[in-house]
Amino acid sequence: MPAGYETFAHKADVGVRGFGASLEEALEGAALALTSVVAEPGRVRQVQSRAVSLEEQDPELLLYSWLSEVVRLMDTERMLFSGFEVHLDGPRLRAELWGEPLDIARHEPVVEVKAATFEELSVSRDAGGTWTAQAVVDV
Amino acid sequence: MDLKSLTKLSDYAWRLEPRGRMQVAAVVYASRALVLDMDDKVAEQLSNVAGLPGIVGAAYAMPDAHWGYGFPIGGVAAFDPAAGGIVSAGGVGFDIACGVRTLVATLSAEEVRGRAVELADALYAVIPAGVGSRGLLKLSVRELDRALSGGAAWAVKEGFGSASDLEYIEEGGRVAGADPEAVSDFAKKRQLEEVGTLGSGNHYLEVQEVVEIFDAKAAEAYGLVPGGAVVSIHCGSRGLGHQIGTDFLTRMVKAAPSHGLSLPDKELACAPAESELGRTYLGAMRAGINCALANRQVLTQLTRDAFQSIFPASRLRLLFDVAHNTCKEESHEVGGRKLKLLVHRKGATRAFPPGHPELPAAYRAVGQPVIIGGSMGTSSYILAGGADSMRLSFGSSCHGAGRSMSRHQASKTWRGLQIIEELRGRGIIVRSASLRGVAEEAPGAYKDSAAVIEASHHAGLATKVARLSPLICIKG
Repeated sequence: MPAGYETFAHKADVGVRGFGASLEEALEGAALALTSVVAEPGRVRQVQSRAVSLEEQDPELLLYSWLSEVVRLMDTERMLFSGFEVHLDGPRLRAELWGEPLDIARHEPVVEVKAATFEELSVSRDAGGTWTAQAVVDV
Repeated sequence: MDLKSLTKLSDYAWRLEPRGRMQVAAVVYASRALVLDMDDKVAEQLSNVAGLPGIVGAAYAMPDAHWGYGFPIGGVAAFDPAAGGIVSAGGVGFDIACGVRTLVATLSAEEVRGRAVELADALYAVIPAGVGSRGLLKLSVRELDRALSGGAAWAVKEGFGSASDLEYIEEGGRVAGADPEAVSDFAKKRQLEEVGTLGSGNHYLEVQEVVEIFDAKAAEAYGLVPGGAVVSIHCGSRGLGHQIGTDFLTRMVKAAPSHGLSLPDKELACAPAESELGRTYLGAMRAGINCALANRQVLTQLTRDAFQSIFPASRLRLLFDVAHNTCKEESHEVGGRKLKLLVHRKGATRAFPPGHPELPAAYRAVGQPVIIGGSMGTSSYILAGGADSMRLSFGSSCHGAGRSMSRHQASKTWRGLQIIEELRGRGIIVRSASLRGVAEEAPGAYKDSAAVIEASHHAGLATKVARLSPLICIKG
């Protein structure tokens, strides 16, 4: 199964889900799904990068912290990101996020993401080897 | 929710007896129809809350309760710190002290209608709304710390509004015990340019008409007259509150085993109130409440400025300011004993009864104004704290109707322009930066709040005073 992302419906909010052949790809997909909640990722040019590094033993906490960092950077840097390169080394995550400053006219952003949540938070690998990383985000 | 699992206490109150890990019962205030409509998850989440250490009374669900994170939205629970009670970052949520304030204008709705387009444009020009909007203020960390300690009182000192506003905000516009030092640098960085911004999603500023009065005495005390114009502002603590929630949720989940807590759901993240982490969170969360109060106070002055640019003689008096996602230290009587409790209200409104000493003198005879925001295009309501609300629900009521349809489905069902046109046809002017945002917030995606209001009224949590209908909506 190729790497990818999708959002899923959840009562008042929305869920983000990434999948791929590795946990890295699944985490990248989940972040791309997060961007898609705010704006169409295809409209976000990859002209500037930001770095993230964090460490969590628990894979679910790793996903939660990763999405939380993406939310924080979107807000503090006033940027949107459409390219994610995640590298895992055991519990350590290093990532480069590629994107550009928010352009309200061109990106037509819909809604701010307030935070990642633990709701429907899961990291799993199916029998076919596909990794899935998902969580509901608060908007 | 399955009626068979509940004991009927009255037409508007249902009890879930303690079982499993529950230390106390759970009580749902709702009509039979609303209970049947509630997600089973509400019962599960209430049961989990009822099992948290130090809970007193019962875990309560308000008539608008729905499936939330950890706690149900519309959940109320009080914990006794002296008995090992916890404070929960999950129980407050990410948008700390998100709330609504209503301002009463010295204008009739008719006068507003005459110049509604100009007023909508003037408001839209000065109220920073939507994704990525930045405020008028660019604060230093030092100045932000003052806002986090001072709340709305800080904003008044900075020239936003007047000191007479403060009496009409919960806790006089400033929560004591805020600790800016307990707030992370990341959280502060998210806020430096966001004080005085509306945010997005279901946040809004509405100009409304008082269309119906249910309780003449309370309406008189609140200064509400039929055909009068009011303004309601719904927003929260912005990036700062969201980051405090994020930071402490992780810290509490990780520290849970060291506090002897096993959490059935990570979103119930909590710590003993008297632990170091519990105290630190309380300090940070109170800073978040003050941030929200400062935010709504700044927006109030911007609103007054916009009104005066169109109607120079107009004045906007603050009716009241309520917060929905909070944990507050309050005195309550439980089983004949006076206790200082940490009352968590997650998507629930404080609704203090007539005679409560913390109410402004003008409202003491009728009870606290409880403001229930509608969705774009639907009615909002003003209620008054019920006489028996302290006993029923630690002085709490509902906060709104909640969604009936996901954002996903709403944006597939409607187009933003179509919604704006439909509302224009009904005499409601909408201004928004995002058409998809308008579609996601379509009136049809929300439940009708009337049933929730009736249930609050008949359960005695808060009684109906007035109904408001929108004229202008600035969507976040």
